[in-house]
Amino acid sequence: MVSRFLRKIFKKLKLNPFSKRNDFKLGLYGPPNGGKSTLANKICEDWLGEEMSAVSHIAHETREIKIKEQVTIKNKRGKELTFSLVDTPGIATKIDYEDFIRRGLKKNDAKRRAKEATKGVIESIKWLDNMDAVVVVLDATLDPYSQVNITIIGNLQARDIPVIIAANKVDLKKSSLETIKAAFPQYEVVGISAKYGKNVEDFYEKLFKLAK
Amino acid sequence: MVTFQFVPFHDIEGLTSAKRVNKLLNIVKDDRIVIMEGRLKKSEETDLIEITMDEIDAKFKGIELSVIYPDRSKQAPITKIKGAFATLLLGDRQGMTIIGPASIVKKIEQNPNRIELVTQDSVKSSRYRGKNKKKR
Repeated sequence: MVSRFLRKIFKKLKLNPFSKRNDFKLGLYGPPNGGKSTLANKICEDWLGEEMSAVSHIAHETREIKIKEQVTIKNKRGKELTFSLVDTPGIATKIDYEDFIRRGLKKNDAKRRAKEATKGVIESIKWLDNMDAVVVVLDATLDPYSQVNITIIGNLQARDIPVIIAANKVDLKKSSLETIKAAFPQYEVVGISAKYGKNVEDFYEKLFKLAK
Repeated sequence: MVTFQFVPFHDIEGLTSAKRVNKLLNIVKDDRIVIMEGRLKKSEETDLIEITMDEIDAKFKGIELSVIYPDRSKQAPITKIKGAFATLLLGDRQGMTIIGPASIVKKIEQNPNRIELVTQDSVKSSRYRGKNKKKR
């Protein structure tokens, strides 16, 4: 609590002795299957030429924090931004191993995946305090008014961590960027398709603004 | 049958954050749906998720959570001031929190104007009705 208070003060004074410029941590947060790892891969492919995380259509594929250090992106004006990219497990309020069985996993694998997923959620929440900025990745085809989304964004706001919302999967017909914008009017929302690279240039520009 | 338990704000106002969260979670683990007056602090909401994750096992699958809270940005300045004073004196009693066991509550759909609680049984029976329709 004291360290959070000091962080807030130093942030307001723009004097943060705990954070060097090249130690800037950019977190990808959101509910499971929103496309956090797909976006992490897209960023790493674009700027490092390699992938970062495994992706799957079954939820909770990322069950532990993954960090890629020294990711440097460049904008059109030649300005550079270096950060550590932190891909986090999806935050959920329920995990049922039977859902994984229904998606084709064997019972023991499903139980192990569920156990690891619960630990992943706890780890994601604990890491909130370490972030300098966060991209909340939401599936634009789903209802954004879920309490998980509201809780994540509310907690980032309470911690004074800058946030942008990436409304992912805008390549799909069912997606609605306007619904996401209407749900979170106080935040910058950028519509992207991490899978197909749609509008990622705009997303990178928004990262520069976020890191200011 | 679905059982609701109302938790008035004064029942939790004197408790520490850990005790508040545990009290609510114990009701939910007893297969009851909590209707709480007011809301938890933001940090308590994440504590609730963390403790829930820690307690998930073969029987307890987690929770469904929803918070209904007045949109302060749409309130008149005088209402905001009144609300701030009331919060200072009495605690944040505005809004309502619903927490249900995931084994009973399939989802709580929330949009600015309404809230819908879908139970697992209603999902099963709608599937059953769907199958019967196809047979006809």
